[in-house]
Amino acid sequence: MKNEKKKILFGEFVTGAALTRALEMGPEAVVTEVKASNLRGRGGAGFPTGLKWELTAKQESDEKFVICNADEGEPGTFKDRLLLMEQPEKVLEGMAIAGVAIGAKQGFIYLRGEYVYLKKELEEAISSMEDRGFLGSRINGGDFSFSVEIRLGAGAYVCGEEFALISSMNGYRGEPRNKPPYPSEAGYRDKPTVVNNVETLCYIPYIVTKGAQWFKEHGTRASTGTKLFSVSGDVKHPGVYELELGITVNQLLAEVGGEGAKSVQVGGASGLNVAEKDFDQPICFEGLPPGGSIIVFGHQRDMLHVLKNFMEFFVEESCGQCTPCREGNYRLLEGVRMLEKGECSVRYLKELEALCDVMKDSSKCGLGQTSPNAFLSIVENFKTEILYR
Amino acid sequence: MSEMISVRIDDISCEVEKGTTILQACKSAGLRIPTLCYHPDLEVAGICRICVVEVEGMSGLQAACAFPIRQPITVRTNSPRIRRARRVNLDLILSEHYGDCYTCVRNGSCELQALAREYGVDRYRYPSTTAPKFRIDRSTAIVRDQNKCISCKRCIRTCIDLQQVSALETANRGHDVLIQTAFDKPISEVVCINCGQCINRCPTGALRSNMPNELLWHVIDDPEKHVIIQTAPSPRAAIGEEFGYEPGTSVTGKLNAALRRLGFDNVFDTNFAADLTIMEEGTELLTRLKKVLVDGDSSVRVPMFTSCSPGWVKYVEHYYPEYLDYLSTCKSPQQMFGALLKTYYAKKTGIDPEKMVVVALMPCVAKKFECNRPEMSDSGYKDVDFGLTTREMAVMIKEAGIHLKDMPDEDFDHPLGLGSGAGLIFGATGGVMEAAIRSVYEIVTGRPVPFKGLDVTPVRGMEGIRDAALTIENPLPEYQWLDGVTLKVAVAHGTANAKILMEKLKEGRLDYHFIEVMACPGGCLGGGGQPIPTSPEIRAARARAIYSEDHELTVRKSHENPEINQLYAEFLGKPLGQLSHKLLHTRYTPRGRFFTEGF
Repeated sequence: MKNEKKKILFGEFVTGAALTRALEMGPEAVVTEVKASNLRGRGGAGFPTGLKWELTAKQESDEKFVICNADEGEPGTFKDRLLLMEQPEKVLEGMAIAGVAIGAKQGFIYLRGEYVYLKKELEEAISSMEDRGFLGSRINGGDFSFSVEIRLGAGAYVCGEEFALISSMNGYRGEPRNKPPYPSEAGYRDKPTVVNNVETLCYIPYIVTKGAQWFKEHGTRASTGTKLFSVSGDVKHPGVYELELGITVNQLLAEVGGEGAKSVQVGGASGLNVAEKDFDQPICFEGLPPGGSIIVFGHQRDMLHVLKNFMEFFVEESCGQCTPCREGNYRLLEGVRMLEKGECSVRYLKELEALCDVMKDSSKCGLGQTSPNAFLSIVENFKTEILYR
Repeated sequence: MSEMISVRIDDISCEVEKGTTILQACKSAGLRIPTLCYHPDLEVAGICRICVVEVEGMSGLQAACAFPIRQPITVRTNSPRIRRARRVNLDLILSEHYGDCYTCVRNGSCELQALAREYGVDRYRYPSTTAPKFRIDRSTAIVRDQNKCISCKRCIRTCIDLQQVSALETANRGHDVLIQTAFDKPISEVVCINCGQCINRCPTGALRSNMPNELLWHVIDDPEKHVIIQTAPSPRAAIGEEFGYEPGTSVTGKLNAALRRLGFDNVFDTNFAADLTIMEEGTELLTRLKKVLVDGDSSVRVPMFTSCSPGWVKYVEHYYPEYLDYLSTCKSPQQMFGALLKTYYAKKTGIDPEKMVVVALMPCVAKKFECNRPEMSDSGYKDVDFGLTTREMAVMIKEAGIHLKDMPDEDFDHPLGLGSGAGLIFGATGGVMEAAIRSVYEIVTGRPVPFKGLDVTPVRGMEGIRDAALTIENPLPEYQWLDGVTLKVAVAHGTANAKILMEKLKEGRLDYHFIEVMACPGGCLGGGGQPIPTSPEIRAARARAIYSEDHELTVRKSHENPEINQLYAEFLGKPLGQLSHKLLHTRYTPRGRFFTEGF
């Protein structure tokens, strides 16, 4: 990994310290601290973590669950994998603290099917922490117990969506559900459930020990903290970078050796394609949505080819439930094929852009709501290149 | 009373119960929201995205069918944004649907076609599917045409949630999504029980019954053939819906007239055979009870389950094959009738049974499978040649240019044309039980059932499972062994409810003597061959029609049907007698859940 600025996530860490602190603080104080930190979910959607915890903590139920979403499937992301490989105890401790906060005794890591090779190491980390009294029953000799099990995905991108994930864990097809009710009310086995991304959970031990104020010193006002970026494509130094939220595309490119790029895909296939004219935009929740994936395209890249690649991905990965996503992505891919052959009229391209708007507006889940982003932004940025081939 | 929440929908302010969906709220406010994947009988899916509306404060459009109102909200149901989304989603569906409307049985009753008209669709926005891609899958009862499937999953929600049969599931992902049977086997080789409930809920023509109309015209037009039709109680209470009558209008007399004009040589009443079923099944029940209660015979199974519903029979054969001994050995009224027509009636009239064609007008798709069972030929011929559904008959009547509304009222042919009120109520869930109670109680005690107007109300209604208990006091001398015995009965409709009872039976916790099960929700009146659409209200209306017609009949108990008594005197001897055994009783096939030879 190229990146010497190990700001937070790869910094000093003593297993168990944050959990001990959280147990001393008690659930309400933990929730308050996480809320105060303004930490937002690092899976892509950016929902405030503290609020999610608060909503789940408020529910009355005999059982609650913490799920670590390790179904890292966005094209171009590999940051969670690094955390799971190098910092499993941090992930597990974050889960245990979530358990303290919401009153859950059971956690699950929903591990991407392709990451099956990490399963053994994660299980070893779990039993090692159990042996040392950081997981399992009566942690620190107190009343709090928390155990973690691993569940494997089977290769569906959509199972990164929290309800598809829960559905898959419940033994059904991995398909998103209508909301409300939200997982905080009825999630795994219809019990209140918190679903947090791997990276999100890794910030928790630091927020608990160092405090919300310290965390807020990083990032911007609305996007506090740092963020892991999986950088790939036409750059000198691909890899995982921990950078401040609010960094501009230009700054990021300078960091990774990607100067002179034609465009940058921020946030993976479901994110936005950013052209050179917008390289001064900041990457944060109030700017370019900060998904974990940064794919850099050099000037030799054919953007229609890039778009086709993305659309093929979505056609394959849509769960196929709702009309706009099932049929819409297919129509967009067909449109790209027409463009390739020079058979797409300007009028039909407009029709497809309108389709994109409807997909964003009426799809059932985040997949269909974001899959047109690549189409819209690439067509807008490179209309001439795409239409007049 | 639950919490009320105020909602503003367009210009209307109203209060709704907490948890009401936006769609329900709109309906009660008199606003129409177009829907496609929504069905009142089914779990909400929220996947077609046709019913989308704007909810103030929420970024995307919301599916009205799936959005529960939990706090005061402001909703818009008509805006450029909403109309565009609905239209685009509709266009997306239309482009994938093989819309060859003239050759489709659902031409005129297709919900997709109706929506396209409503939205003024005059072109395909996206290049449309012009050629069918999938082979048609056909069993004796059901036809599946994936080319017309729009993936609304109503069939799956019917098969898995409503009926808990699970013959259909979603396969693949994304644009490749298909509705499939296990391992993509033909529908005839999976656990499908032919109930046809999926057909009633399919918005398009992707699911339909296997229509025998062409073949049937052929035999009707053949002067050599003597074509007889028997009509079940439910079609007469529903076929009017196909001709513009309100649901719940009985058209028995007009239907008889229409069938004669269509070319049937005899028009008989399946209710007659229903009365016969009561005689046989009632006697079987009493025999079983005596063996268990008096002789202590542990080889005899109680509770006894009814066997009139061929969907239910196949359900047991698949899912509970080790419990087949609990089913009554009685054939269904349709099959009893067929066996009698080709023996007793043929002999009586001198008609060559070889040239006799027996058609059964049924509310049921599974009846097609039933009449094609290899064991259903005890008369020496195929006992029933055609099972025809209410919908299919409506097509034939229209094709013959007959205006049902203009028909005079005509009676059935006799003998074999007199059915009691007890036979008639077979059409509603609980009807077989009520008919059995009316006769068995009176046979045992010599007194009519202790219910006002013979209406055994505890077994009526639309609750999924209902039960009742009746204590026998002062029975006739030959039934002394029943004195003081409380007979416990139960009624279930829809196989999901039957499953609850069967699971209890497995656990040894089912404390009843006699149980009626109908595979279809509502009983036969909600059968898979009945007019489309179906809903709880429509089924309730059909039930009212059946029960009120029962009240108008002079004979309302099966054992008082003079034509039944004549049949036993002239031909059968006595219930459960030797000839009855040969012609009116049957055996079952343990099929199990996995495909084997003879499935």
